[in-house]
Amino acid sequence: MNIQGWTYLLVGITFSVYIGIAIWSRVGTTSGFYVAGRGIPPLANGMATAADWMSAASFISMAGLISFMGYTGTIYLMGWTGGYVLLALLLAPYLRKYGRYTIPEFVGDRYYSQTARVIAVFCAIFVSFTYVAGQMRGVGVVFSRFLEVDVTIGVIIGVGIVFFYAVIGGMRGITYTQVAQFCVLIVAYLIPAVAISWKMTGWAIPQIGFGATLIEGQYAGMALLETLDAIHRDLGLPEYTGAWVGGKKSMVDVLAITMALMVGTAGLPHVLIRFYTVPNARAARWSAMWALIFIGLLYTTAPAVSAFARVNMIETLNEQPYTSAPEWFKSWEGTGLIVFKDRNGDGLIQYSGNAGKNELTVDRDIMVLANPEIAKLPAWVVALVAAGGLAAALSTAAGLLLVISASVSHDLLKSVMWKDMPQNVELRMARIAAAFAVIVAGILGIYPPGFVAQVVAFAFGLAAASFFPILLLGIFDKRTTKEGAISGMLLGIGFTAAYIIWFRFVDPTATADQWLFGISPEGIGTIGMVLNFIVAITVSRFTSPPPIDVQSMIEDIRAPGGNRDT
Amino acid sequence: MVVLLSIWFVVSYLLGIVFVEPLNQFHLGGFPLGFWFAQQGSIFVFIALTLVYALAMDRIDRRHGVDGGPPLGRSKDSSETVE
Repeated sequence: MNIQGWTYLLVGITFSVYIGIAIWSRVGTTSGFYVAGRGIPPLANGMATAADWMSAASFISMAGLISFMGYTGTIYLMGWTGGYVLLALLLAPYLRKYGRYTIPEFVGDRYYSQTARVIAVFCAIFVSFTYVAGQMRGVGVVFSRFLEVDVTIGVIIGVGIVFFYAVIGGMRGITYTQVAQFCVLIVAYLIPAVAISWKMTGWAIPQIGFGATLIEGQYAGMALLETLDAIHRDLGLPEYTGAWVGGKKSMVDVLAITMALMVGTAGLPHVLIRFYTVPNARAARWSAMWALIFIGLLYTTAPAVSAFARVNMIETLNEQPYTSAPEWFKSWEGTGLIVFKDRNGDGLIQYSGNAGKNELTVDRDIMVLANPEIAKLPAWVVALVAAGGLAAALSTAAGLLLVISASVSHDLLKSVMWKDMPQNVELRMARIAAAFAVIVAGILGIYPPGFVAQVVAFAFGLAAASFFPILLLGIFDKRTTKEGAISGMLLGIGFTAAYIIWFRFVDPTATADQWLFGISPEGIGTIGMVLNFIVAITVSRFTSPPPIDVQSMIEDIRAPGGNRDT
Repeated sequence: MVVLLSIWFVVSYLLGIVFVEPLNQFHLGGFPLGFWFAQQGSIFVFIALTLVYALAMDRIDRRHGVDGGPPLGRSKDSSETVE
């Protein structure tokens, strides 16, 4: 069977599993819809969180980005894992103990203010939509390459699947589908990584192969990373493992971006609400640990994949005649994601750090998808990767859509407009909101703003600047008042959004010299967060302290022991 | 907790970023050491931190006689409640 046949088969099987789970786990209560009845065991929640978390950006784009960035790719590796330490230690157990259904609900109660809650709702919706657009585009890329359908049709199929299980199954459906999706995506990621590591270094564990000696090809006998550094020097590129060399990001920028991604992770509503689905605070701590183990599995493999792919790609293509380029090269060329321009007309593909001589442009998003083909692995592995990419994109999209749906039905409609809305009406509203959000997400996927990882990086900056400080102060500083929280959130998100919009859309050619402290738009969330903290703390000291019942609530969630929810 | 957060900070920001160049002069197998911390070691350390924290908090819960409840068991609020 060829790649396309295998892809249809594997994608068909996995999609049927997701639909089966959705039907089995359909829900009839708001608690089931929003928080899966709070009955998810930590291990399962860890898997679901990992799938929720690892998006199309992690699965499809990340290894490719690192492959082109070398050391600087660290920002994604540390940034997207380190946040779980903050989450496990500072937020998840406390938020779980407080109970309730959504993050804006906690913000509204803790800051005794509907205004704070509404602001939080808008932050949550904005962040989630930014993020979901990237997922849908990932779905489109996979479909267009492997099933040879139009991106638009690919997105519509993806939307249809998510629609089905998110609208019917709510959080319960999403959780168990995410468990299945985690299994699919991790297997799909590890099999080719292990195979390539085995082939190139003789080590089956990619984390070891990453630091081992190559056993095949023209560089046999040299350590992998040493080889990469040498290749890069020959091509006139900065060394792969070098940190502050060549055109790479500055130290300040790397620090800021890593921080923004970590803190953003801890402030992303779709990750936080996963901890509402477990029975208690203790289970929240353990599920954060499990989640990080499952995420770490992919995240420690990814940089190895990047390095293997880099060596392989350059070895296979550089200085080779275009006419004898491998088949995968031609099929990716068809999607426009690989471009070859024979500048000197010698019929050879030349890759170079010198922009004037370089003849090969490879889109970063395709490295993981193309990797098994580049390494000449069998067709079913290639198809498995396609199914894994879809699992990663769909699982994250579903988690985000639930946040949007709960924000609209629970936080806006129920708490602000119609306080005594009956449960069955609220449930119907939640489903309508989810359906609406899925369709908007699909439209964003068909007309995507920017490329996957970049769009996602902005969602982090905004989450870092809005939620994290307010949640942290809400739990650990009794003195923070509603005035403090509201002004902090508004300034944090306003500043961050303005900076990003300015340097991305108004003046995108600006260089590091014009950036504030040399921090790029991806890292500016860190400054937004600091501003949020400063303003929230300062304003709180000049306004009257929170009411006694709020203060005792804060003491209560920090005391060890049982839950607060009814 | 302060200790754990300090380790988090030192490993990720100091070893992985600020001191990456000096550390790269040392090697761990085929890895430059700073590069290894940045792309592998830090993640292992993060996992260890959350594990130690979960264990330590379990112990604190027990010492206070308030068992946080078995993570898998049913607690009274795991039933479907309506607000």
